[in-house]
Amino acid sequence: MTAAAAPPPARRPPDQPGAEPCWRGVASDPHADRSLAEDTSPEAVARLRAHSRALLADVLRPHRRRLGAAVALLLAQNAAAMSGPYLVMLGIDRAIGPLRAGRPGPLVAVAVSFAAATGIEYAARRGFLTLSARIGQAVLLDLRQRVYAHFLRLPVAFHERYTSGRMISRLTSDIESIAELADGGVEGLVMAVLTIVSVAGILLWLDLPLAAVTLLAFPLLFWLSRWFARASTAAYRRTREAMALVIVHFVESMRGIRAVQTYRRQARNQEIFASVNDDYRRSSRHAFRLIATYSPGIKLIGNVTVAVVLCYGGARVMDGHIEVGVLAAFLLYLRRFFDPMQELSQFYNSLQSATAALEKLAGVLDERPEVAEPAHPVPLPRRPAGRPGEATGGAGDGPAGGAGGGATGGAVTFRAVSFGYRPDAPILTGLDLTIPAGQTVALIGPTGAGKSTVAKLLARFYDPLAGTVTLDGVDLRQVADAELRRAVVLVTQETHLFGGTVAENIRFGRPDADDAAVTAAARAIGAHDFIAALPDGYATEVRRRGGRLSAGQRQLVAFARAFLADPAVLILDEATSSLDVPTERLVQHALGTILRDRTAVVIAHRLSTVEIADRVLVLDGGRIVEDGPPAELIADGGRYAALHHQWRLGIHVPGPGPVPTIDG
Amino acid sequence: MVAARSDGGPADRGEVGRHPLRNLWRLRHYLRPHAAQFGWLMLAGLAATGAGIAVPLVAQQVVDGPVARRDLAGLYQLAGLALLVGLVEALLIFIRRWVQSSSSVAMEAAIRDDVYAHLQRLPASFHDRWPSGQLLSRITSDLSVLRRFLSFGLLFLVLNLATYLVVVVLLIRLHPVLGLLVAASAAPLFLIARRFGRHYHTASRRMQDQQGDVATLVEETAQGLRTMKAYGRGPQLTDRFVAGTRALHDIGVDKGRLLARTSARLDLVPNLTLGIVLVAGTAAVADGRLTVGQLVAFVSLQLMLIWPVQSLGWIIANGQEAATAADRIQEVLDSSPAIVDASHAVALPRCAVRGRLRFEGVTFRYPGTAEPVLRGIDLTVEPGETIAVVGATGSGKSTLLSLVPRLHDVGAGRLTLDGHDLRDLRLASLRRLVAMAFEEPTLFSMSVWENLTLGRPDAGEDEVRAALELARAEFAYDLPWGLRTRLGEQGLSLSGGQRQRLALARAVLVRPAVLVLDDPLSALDVHTEAAVESALKGVLRDMTALLVAHRPSTIGLADRVALLEGGRITAVGPHAELLATVPGYRTLLTAEPPSAPPPRTPAGPPSSERPVEPASDGCPLVRS
Repeated sequence: MTAAAAPPPARRPPDQPGAEPCWRGVASDPHADRSLAEDTSPEAVARLRAHSRALLADVLRPHRRRLGAAVALLLAQNAAAMSGPYLVMLGIDRAIGPLRAGRPGPLVAVAVSFAAATGIEYAARRGFLTLSARIGQAVLLDLRQRVYAHFLRLPVAFHERYTSGRMISRLTSDIESIAELADGGVEGLVMAVLTIVSVAGILLWLDLPLAAVTLLAFPLLFWLSRWFARASTAAYRRTREAMALVIVHFVESMRGIRAVQTYRRQARNQEIFASVNDDYRRSSRHAFRLIATYSPGIKLIGNVTVAVVLCYGGARVMDGHIEVGVLAAFLLYLRRFFDPMQELSQFYNSLQSATAALEKLAGVLDERPEVAEPAHPVPLPRRPAGRPGEATGGAGDGPAGGAGGGATGGAVTFRAVSFGYRPDAPILTGLDLTIPAGQTVALIGPTGAGKSTVAKLLARFYDPLAGTVTLDGVDLRQVADAELRRAVVLVTQETHLFGGTVAENIRFGRPDADDAAVTAAARAIGAHDFIAALPDGYATEVRRRGGRLSAGQRQLVAFARAFLADPAVLILDEATSSLDVPTERLVQHALGTILRDRTAVVIAHRLSTVEIADRVLVLDGGRIVEDGPPAELIADGGRYAALHHQWRLGIHVPGPGPVPTIDG
Repeated sequence: MVAARSDGGPADRGEVGRHPLRNLWRLRHYLRPHAAQFGWLMLAGLAATGAGIAVPLVAQQVVDGPVARRDLAGLYQLAGLALLVGLVEALLIFIRRWVQSSSSVAMEAAIRDDVYAHLQRLPASFHDRWPSGQLLSRITSDLSVLRRFLSFGLLFLVLNLATYLVVVVLLIRLHPVLGLLVAASAAPLFLIARRFGRHYHTASRRMQDQQGDVATLVEETAQGLRTMKAYGRGPQLTDRFVAGTRALHDIGVDKGRLLARTSARLDLVPNLTLGIVLVAGTAAVADGRLTVGQLVAFVSLQLMLIWPVQSLGWIIANGQEAATAADRIQEVLDSSPAIVDASHAVALPRCAVRGRLRFEGVTFRYPGTAEPVLRGIDLTVEPGETIAVVGATGSGKSTLLSLVPRLHDVGAGRLTLDGHDLRDLRLASLRRLVAMAFEEPTLFSMSVWENLTLGRPDAGEDEVRAALELARAEFAYDLPWGLRTRLGEQGLSLSGGQRQRLALARAVLVRPAVLVLDDPLSALDVHTEAAVESALKGVLRDMTALLVAHRPSTIGLADRVALLEGGRITAVGPHAELLATVPGYRTLLTAEPPSAPPPRTPAGPPSSERPVEPASDGCPLVRS
């Protein structure tokens, strides 16, 4: 890692042969494109494969009974189907004579049996297909939910490198390629095994030497299958990854479509998309060609075997070892032996494709959350009689007394905390910080000083590399996630609104809040007026990523959400950057009352937000360089005082506005 | 729970009205480059089927002929023939599958490329309505359904129909009455198939739409992951996802049940026919109207019909899925890009542009909403001038700015650059002249270099360095791999201020004639902000610029300020002047008196003492 030494690329840097195309750049994390389990070492590959098989077995286990029933139905259906030709033979052999003699009884008996067999076949087939669809869908449902839940458990750090496109790819495209197996897999496998085993038995029974000759085909089949297994495993892995890249690029360019269009990026995007799409085309063509070779290969072995058996069997008939009839039967059954082999090869193909997808899912499921839920959570100490001054000002019956938050104290301590996103670039080294319950602390300092890192550690987006962060004396690593989230809420400048209504988005802060509480929260931070003016008021759908609300409005909704959540510790990371001054003032006014009785860490670049703080911390290079009440720091004449001075200038001196160039 | 259920979004579902296969048929031109290949593979398929029938026939010949006659040479000859036919069969299958594998994936890739290209052309308003999960499912799941149909369904439909016809003709020749009976069994098959097709069509559409919704849910989860973590709302999101996948599961089970019922019914038809043939044939043999040999031959031929009929259900299902997938793909391709080059559009060379940007009576309303966001905006930005647009949260500032690069088109009125209506300029040319930095910096998970040179792929190293220095974004050089470092998704591993500075550098790098900056410094700390401002001032000196600002310090970059209230511009003038004379402006910037301006009430007539717009030169004002 030669930090800073890496020279900027000259013009457009040429693609290194064999390397990744240059536009993607070099990931700072070697595991950027995969889960940790997807290592490339042979042991890791084997382990992952074993895990994926285990996963398959695991999701199938609850359906053992249904699977048994499905196989039974399938057997019944086949028995009924097989009996058809037999009944025809019976009819010809046994019914014609009596009918000529005027006795329709045997024919009626045959006809009735035939009808019965047909009925059974109908019912069994319908039952089997229904049941196998049920099993298949249940397995897919299970897989989707498991993987989704695991994605939610994985920490922010994982998602930052894995990218959302890849996550989407796992939960859509990969699952769908397993669906193909679920659709026809059971039938293909059972039928093939059934036929092959039974026919092999019949062949052995018919004539041992001929059967022995037939068995000579097996080493060939085995060899061919092993080749296919190896080749297709690699091929399908590539296919899955190529698809993931298509999805990653697609999702990103759709999301950034405004920038794409404004900067006329379409042509270059098309070029990139065409290249990832072409990679996918090539890799799937390769996979299809493998099965295009494997399947006729099986056919070829079968046909050659038939010809050999024909020769050898013919000779044996001529030698008088076997009857002609036996040879005829043998040949007919041989055909029935190799036809299902084709089915089997198709099934094997779907299995290979599904396994490659399962590997990807197993890789995700193997990923251990680095920021894990504690096995034995320690409850946060409860305050005997709630916080002093429970009321939250003008919020009426708003979030006061909200779920849990009111009962926690909110004293925060950082003890010798060290942290860095990359091992070679520490952000915080041995940070010590104590925030008593109820205090409002403003964090200021230049970019890269570690302000947001402090916020993220406190919200336990990450765990410190060394040292501890405690809340009311309990290490955050020992607090159950649900309890931690009730107690600590982080509001960042990236305000995300989920699909649904404005009210639902505010209620995200406290799902059990009623409409009055939602409205009160919006009122308290000054969002009510604009929400009420929306077409459907609080019931307005925010659409995709809040498309139609402005950035400032989204921040207000996010604020209302945090207000409603009523946590003991509130962290605001540049949460008011897009607001106009009066609205920001309104929010600050509300904050004045909201924050009075709770612990708050406020990161802001603006004086007005900092002014409400009890205490200001100036951070630089991961260390606290100034610490004290704002007035004291101003008096001391340090960095904060200098900043304060600058702010004052910015607010009260009218902009340095140069002479207008307008000519009436 | 998934949004977007109206105004022409993906919600207008299913109602095709026209022939259900119409959209599938419309995709035929993708087949054209591969038409010859398809012809060949059909032939190979038919020939392989023929060879497949021939192998047992040869075997039969062997048993009846040389073996019975104890003719060793003849045996070897015929066995050789069987071997040959077997080799040819395998070879033909190999050829068919090999050809298929390249042509079907090539078609899939071609359609995907085209859909992507079309999506890039569609305007922002389209993308606001369509969640990208829905778009994604169309270029992944729906396309693979189409591919499966083109590579298997269609082929087997033809092969099986051919087999069916040949066998029925043979049966009729063998025994006209019974043969016609078998032929008549096609009628119930047809009825069952048609009914099934109709039901399955609906089910498969619902399934595909639901797949899109689930993809949307996943995408949204990925987007909102930090918010979810911050509030610990995993359970709530999981509930939503469970509901979505549960619906998918239920539709899947319904589909399976439908297919099971139909498959079993289809299967019933040849079996019942066989039963009738058996009874009638046996009776005929008893009467002496038919020989036993003929009956055996008839029945064994008839047995060959079972597989084609059995697979019919699957083929129809596949066909219907392909038809609805084609519908969904065509829905995207049929959305016409509303913002395109006019036929007479011209390109303006950069050097010929002075940069006089003029809003003339501009009104804008988002589709599907009643209230216009902007009403009768008149504003002129003189060449080289910088105007700051100031207004309360939600007053329409960003919307106003997005009209300049034509991310949206004006509803009424017009926007001109040096007197040219923007709609008379080529889009590519306009967007070369205009660069915009967005409120939320959009970064892609590509190298820093690629992100910076988005609008200027040919930018040199020095220019990039200068842009980075101007935006105080030199930190990019300190990333582990310098400018080659891949930015994490949306650049989320960077701080908000860092992202904003990269976006600013990107906009500046374009060296546009008109620079549009949407609150470009909101996330910067005071020191950086001051440094960027002083650098920007140099750049803005001779560049026409429109910027949204909330802070006096940023407004300091502007020559004049336009106050946007309730969708109208109520005052224009230098900052100091407005501060002194316009109370609304003063309130907005200093929050004195501390009350929010009425956010939505139409802000009356422009304050009388302020000239709204000096209607100066020859450009006539066009009012709506």
